[in-house]
Order: sequence, then C-alpha cells, then structure tokens
Amino acid sequence: MYVAGVDIGSLTAKAVVLGEDRRAVLSRALVYTRWDAAAAGWAALGEALADLGAARSDLARVVSTGYGRRKLDGSDANFTEIVCHARGARFLEPATRTVVDVGGQDSKAMALGPDGKVADFVMNEKCAAGTGRFLEVMAHALGVDLAEFGALAVGVADPARISSTCTVFAESEVVSHVASGRPRAEIVAGIHEAIAARVASLARRVGVRDAVMMTGGVALNVGVVGALERMLGHSIAVHPDAQFAGAIGAALLS
Amino acid sequence: MSEEHGQRREIRSAVAYQKLMGRYYAGAKSAGKDGRKVAWITSGGPVELLHCFDVIPVYPENHGAMCGATRMSVPLCEVAEERGFSRDLCSYARGDIGSAITKGGPIGGLPRPDMLICCTNICGTVLKWYEELSRLFGCPLFILDTPFVRGTSSEHAIAYVEEQMREYVAFLETHTGKRFDEALFEEVAAKSIRSISLWREILACSEHRPAPMNCFDAFIHMAPVVTLRGTDEINVYYEQLLAEMRERVQAGISAVPEERHRLLWDNIPIWYEMSALSGLLASLGACLVADTYTSAWTFEQVDVADPMRTFALAYTEIFLNVNLERMVDKAVALAERYSAGGMIMHSNRSCKPYSLGQYDNAKAFTRRTGLPVLILEADHTDSRQYGRAQAEERIRAFVETLV
Repeated sequence: MYVAGVDIGSLTAKAVVLGEDRRAVLSRALVYTRWDAAAAGWAALGEALADLGAARSDLARVVSTGYGRRKLDGSDANFTEIVCHARGARFLEPATRTVVDVGGQDSKAMALGPDGKVADFVMNEKCAAGTGRFLEVMAHALGVDLAEFGALAVGVADPARISSTCTVFAESEVVSHVASGRPRAEIVAGIHEAIAARVASLARRVGVRDAVMMTGGVALNVGVVGALERMLGHSIAVHPDAQFAGAIGAALLS
Repeated sequence: MSEEHGQRREIRSAVAYQKLMGRYYAGAKSAGKDGRKVAWITSGGPVELLHCFDVIPVYPENHGAMCGATRMSVPLCEVAEERGFSRDLCSYARGDIGSAITKGGPIGGLPRPDMLICCTNICGTVLKWYEELSRLFGCPLFILDTPFVRGTSSEHAIAYVEEQMREYVAFLETHTGKRFDEALFEEVAAKSIRSISLWREILACSEHRPAPMNCFDAFIHMAPVVTLRGTDEINVYYEQLLAEMRERVQAGISAVPEERHRLLWDNIPIWYEMSALSGLLASLGACLVADTYTSAWTFEQVDVADPMRTFALAYTEIFLNVNLERMVDKAVALAERYSAGGMIMHSNRSCKPYSLGQYDNAKAFTRRTGLPVLILEADHTDSRQYGRAQAEERIRAFVETLV
C-alpha cells in the first residue's frame, strides 16, 4: 500500500506517492490546474500512480493541500499549505528553520521551531507582486518561456530597475525598458530583483534563520533564488522536489 | 470534519436589541416632527451632554457599520469618490458623505443634523469629514480636541479638554435655547456609568470557558453602548443581556460549538464579512473571546462627583488616543484575563490610527505573551479591499498552527 499527497495550486496541481512507511517519494506528477481543481488533482495523482503501475485502490490515505484542496472529493483529510510546506521542507532538508514558499498566487515565509513546528508565518499582502503570477506576467511581456526565464539573467552585471510595488505598474515599466532598447537579460535580472525584494521582506518579518529552504515552483528559477540569497545574506537550499514540497508535506501528514 | 455544523448560537435578547435600535432610529428619523433636535456625533464623542439637552445623538459610524453589514457601503463610497474624495480616505467617511448626498443605505440615510459634534480622540479624519458635513448641511459644528496621550495624561491636557467640555455646554445652550442643568448632568452621568459597567460585565462573561458569547455577538450588541449610553432604555436592555449571558455560563452554553481555541480580535470588524468569518471560525472551533474594539466603551475613569473633569479624562484616554505601548498593555491584559491562545489583527485600510503600528504591536504582544498573531488585510466597510479566499486561507493556516 501507498500514501499520497495532492497539492492543488492556482497554476499547477502536484501529486506525490510515498510508501506506507512515508520514507521516500516514489513518484511524482504535475499537471496544470486550469478550471477544474478536483479533476486536476486526480489527474496528477493518476499520473503518479501510473508511474508506479499502481491504482487508487493501492492507496491507504490521500491528503490534499493548496487552494483547491477542499474540492478533492474522496481525500481523507486536508491541511493548509503552511503546515504542508513546512513539513515537506523539513523532509527535504531536516535542518530547515526558515521556509520561503513562492507559489502561483501567493508567497509565504515560515519560521520553524527546532522541532519543525510552525512558530510563525506571514503571507504576501493583497497584491500579486512577489508571487509566481508576477513572473508569469513578465515572461509573457518579454516573450520568454517561463522555464527559461531564470537562466536568462545569469551573469548580468547591471539589472534594470523595476518597481516592486505592483504587477500591473511593473509590467508597464518592463514595456518602457523594452522600448528604450534595454537588453532583455538586464530586464529579466531586474524582474528577479523585484520579486526577491518582496519575498525578502516577508522572510525578514518572521526572522531568517539557517537553514533556509525555498519551496514552490519559483524555487526552480535560479535568478530569483540568487537575488534572494544576496538580499538575505543567507544561502538558500533548493531541492529538485521543491515544487512538490506541499504535496510531500500532505502525504507525510496522512 | 464539522465544518458544515459551525454556527453561532443566537442570543435570545437579540429580539429586544432589534426593538431598542429600531425605536432609537425611528425616534431620530421623526425628531423634526416631534420638535426635537438631532446631532451627528463621532463614536468617541461625549454623548452624555446631548442627552442633558434632549438632543438625539446619531452616529455616522454606527450607520456606516449598518451599511457595511448590509453590503451597501461600496456604492455610497463611489458617490463620494466621484466627487473627488480619495479612496485612501476612511470608508466610513466616504460612505457617510455618499449617504448624506443620496439618502442611500438600509434606513434611507440618517436624519438631517441640526448640529455636528466632532471629537478628535478617534482620528484626525473626523475633523475634515465633519467640516465637509457642516458645509453640506449648513449647520453648526463643535470640535472637541483631545491631545494624544503618551503614558498618562498631563494635568494641562485634561484642563484643556475640560475647558472645551464647558464650551461644548455653551454651544449646546446656544443651539437648543435651553439652560444647562447640572443636576440632570449628574443623573445622566450616573446612568452612563451604569451602561458602561453593565457592558463591561457582559463582556467579562466570556472570561468563562467556554465563552457564552463571542466578538461577533459583541460587535452587534455594542451598538447601544455607543449610541444610547446614559439612558434608561439601554440599561434595562443590558441587564437582560447580562442575565442571559450569566445563564449561559451557568448552563455551560458556548457561543461556538466545540470551543477549542480562544482568540483575541484587534480593530474594527470587517462588517460585510461578519457572517462568513463567524461561520468559518466556528467551524474551526475558534472563538473570538475578547477584542480591543468593543472594550473601548468600558472606561472606568468617570466619577459622578466630578463628571465634567472625569469625562474629559475618560474621553481623552480612549484606546485610539494612546501610545502603542499602552495599546499593547491592553492586548496583553485581555489575553491574560480571557485565557487567549493568539490574536487576529485586522489591518484596516480605512482606520489609520488603529492600524498604524500593528506590526510593532504584534511583535511586542508575541514577545510578552509568547502567543502568535495573524494580521489580516481588509477594510471595515469597503469590500473592494478584501480578498475572501486569501483571508480565509490565512485564518485556516493560523488555526492549524495553533494545534
């Protein structure tokens, strides 16, 4: 038998399958959420199970998290992303005391106690700046694929200045940088700095303590991670499964 | 999961409350016909003197709360915005100006004022807001200025406010044509002290575990102490409510079924979201047992032997007119008295004096009590400033981390 965690976010749904001993992630899958959260959650889980040659009947427990978590009929329990990301981050890096999670529509910073429990957390204000959505909008404005966005800015010495206050205004700033002939890599680097500045202020609010781990899809963007490391003066651990941290946490809580 | 079953238990006295407030507003609306005068007054203003002159006090802020709770504020705010009032201005002020112009809202607007009483102890916005009303209605405005208090009030500050209380009396004599009756003032003061102490006792019932009422109940049942303190009707009503709460304590009846978490609330309610938030918290087994808002009308300084001076002191030292350290002291004291396990702070875009400093207050509160704080961004009546999904997610996460 297996256990599963499903994290249905605003942009993507992630599922992981663990053995019943909950010691290792055996398979994982990610699909776009689109308009039907439950369907996306089950689709991701279906893919993860198929990788193992397993079926839903092989699952002892399914726990969901993320914005769509309560839509997943048939899950055994659900928890908010805060506790799931904290739990998942500790699983990926047991020394974690600070978790920064940047997802599609919100970003959060969590301070964990020595026992791994959430001691404090803050989430972004009612604003998309500092979230994955910000990157998405900017990638679209620059005609760059989101997956390549991070690498584009590596080695840039003079990032363009982008206001970090508002996604809509920042987009028009990007357009004016483009119009003035600024190299694309410098604009991309500026965008990374802008999002990192927002996230850094969240992290400082809960207090940054090593080890710092970044979770969520934006953790895969080396440009944002690098900018955030410089701003916080701490190195940031990123695990290849960073995007699955919430789903892993949910599976561990099953 | 008992989420579907999370419901607030209704308070029996609510029927009497509806009647009381209905009579009050009906009386205010027919004041002109009855040959009585109406004053609009700020929520922290000294209302007792109005009762001495048989002037009916009407509160734009209470009316704002009604507009908010009935989700009628936004179109009224838009009327003010179209006239050039900034969206950064308090939504009570915008909504009130919108309602004054259009007569919009759940009761068709407030009755036209014969005079305006503005006390600056709650914020600086009221000054310009009431000046605007004074221009709009062409009626006299009295401004009572209360110096900000750091630590304790200075002697000269109290003397300054007491002097203005006497000017306030002279203002009322001029505009009502009546003579000030000191004996009547003492009588009203005694009744006001009674109203306030009844309200204090009602709130104190929630020190009991489980709490017989929660803040959502208090947000509703506070209206009489704000609007009618110093009158007989309110005291009769509060005696009834207090008896009901004591009965609940005796019988172990809780406001929230399965009370597992006891939390404090800071700031004005999110009026348009009362029922959703109340249901959500109840479903999570969380009870808001006390708050810094409804307890603002529990001041203890008034002495019937020297009402003018002691009211001056009480109105100067209200919660929004004191320094952050005193605000934290109050939250810490509430946490102890009510055995709270955390605090939810509403960062209210409208109310700057209440919201400025909340991050520092939260830190100091956690340092002193070891209790966690959640800060929620919203606005007391402008629902355009509120994101329900985001707010609910934060509340759920907060309650989960309390376990």
